Amino acid sequence: MARIFLMQTRAEMLKFWRVPAFGFFSLGMPLIIFAFFGLRQATQPLYPHAAITVGMYVMASMAAYTVGNVMVFSFGMALAIERGQKQDVLLRASPLPPSIYVLAKVVNAAVFALVALVVLFLFAHFAASVNLGLDTWATLAGRLLLGSIPFIGLGLGFGYLVGPNAAPAVINFVYLPIAFASGIFIPVNQLPDFIRGLAPYLPLHPFVELGWNAIGFPTDRSVSTDILYLLVYAVGFFALAVWAYRRDTAAKFA
Amino acid sequence: MTPAIQLIEATKKYGSFEALKSVSFAIEAGSLVAMLGPNGAGKTTSINLMLGLRRPTSGRALIFGEDPRRIATRQRFGAMLQESGVPQLLKVTELVQMFRSYYPKPLPTDLVIKLAGLEEKANTQVKDLSGGQTQRLYFALAICGDPEILFLDEPTVGMDVEGRRAFLSAIRDFSAKGKTILLTTHYLEEADELAQRVLVIDRGNVIADGSPQEIKSRVAGSKISFTSSAPVDAAALKDLPVSTSDVADHRVTLMTNDPQTVLRELFRRNIDMSNLEVRGADLEEAFLSLTGGH
Repeated sequence: MARIFLMQTRAEMLKFWRVPAFGFFSLGMPLIIFAFFGLRQATQPLYPHAAITVGMYVMASMAAYTVGNVMVFSFGMALAIERGQKQDVLLRASPLPPSIYVLAKVVNAAVFALVALVVLFLFAHFAASVNLGLDTWATLAGRLLLGSIPFIGLGLGFGYLVGPNAAPAVINFVYLPIAFASGIFIPVNQLPDFIRGLAPYLPLHPFVELGWNAIGFPTDRSVSTDILYLLVYAVGFFALAVWAYRRDTAAKFA
Repeated sequence: MTPAIQLIEATKKYGSFEALKSVSFAIEAGSLVAMLGPNGAGKTTSINLMLGLRRPTSGRALIFGEDPRRIATRQRFGAMLQESGVPQLLKVTELVQMFRSYYPKPLPTDLVIKLAGLEEKANTQVKDLSGGQTQRLYFALAICGDPEILFLDEPTVGMDVEGRRAFLSAIRDFSAKGKTILLTTHYLEEADELAQRVLVIDRGNVIADGSPQEIKSRVAGSKISFTSSAPVDAAALKDLPVSTSDVADHRVTLMTNDPQTVLRELFRRNIDMSNLEVRGADLEEAFLSLTGGH
């Protein structure tokens, strides 16, 4: 069982890293956005007398964006492509346990998200003088990796619903507006009124709050409330994924 | 002994279309069986039921008496499917290693690649393989677990003559090791060359089941057709060694295994013939002779 898991994870990683465009997009985009929003006044306090700087706040926002993006995209794209190429047919006839198949993808996505976080952390540290204790960096990364579980469900849902050609556009069309409306790029209080009312209930809002809270930003809600929101979203998104999976397989494997 | 493969009154409906109509047969362990039939006959549907890729609408499909959907059952067979894909960015060796890990006692990676004739392509990514090489890769994935049963759905499609010959010999070698092999084809000569037993499937039914010799003797190999200036009387064609005859006014079509005798007889009976044509029957026509027309 250990061997099958190792080999499956290795295969997942190999094919993942052989798509340079995805790696570049996932690692590079957060740095570019950070440069836009976080480099200017990076060392200034976020608000008068604040202990945290603009650089820290934008870095935490981008860290949440990055991890959520890796989860939604890696699962959504991989599944859409696999279904498009009918890879699911041969795997289904093989003795690969479905749990190992999913677990290998989770490990691959988590490793990739961690790499993307480290790249972002290094960039923020050296380019924007973001200085945090090692325990704070670790807390931030750990919270975001664990808190990203609902977005795996969302990615799986996309993967079973959308075709391989439409997937990148559809996922961006959903993920980016939610990221904006959740206050990841622009603080919630600067958003248009009707979105401000909606923001606290969007899935990326409790997620980015976990990140903000880790660096000491006083968030509106407590960590436990944010976790509760994420749990509810996890249940909802995985229910969506199961429904989409059944819809897809009912047509092909009934 | 439990048969390696078993369909028990298996029926498969897609909507109102009945792809398989209460089909029953058993395949003993160690045999090499070909399923022969035209496109849409129900071959792939049968294979999909045996692999657990599809569920029978009624009846059962069993592998060594067990449900093919169980992981433990799946470890006992390998499959080469018609419509399936593998990750395009993995290399041949990496993919073989991945599939090997699914089985308890796999064959060594090098041996699998050699058996599939892919030594020179071992470090090539799937996307850069030709059609025939991709087919051989699927064969490698089917055998890498050293399974007891091999399912091969139209395995030689897309292969060139050389590749096909090497492939058929690899199948024979695998069979010689006591493995059970079920392959589908729509070439009678392929079934004849390989199999000990041929199941002929047509429109969802098994219409013949026997040795290649038995099947061949029942299938009309030639088609004779001609136009006559006067309408041909059915009585004039009486007692010819033909399996089916079709008289449409002036146009006569005969299916036979013995074209020489039929022609000699036609000339002797002084039947007026123009546009005379004698050619090998294609499979569709051969099947019509097996089913005795519609």
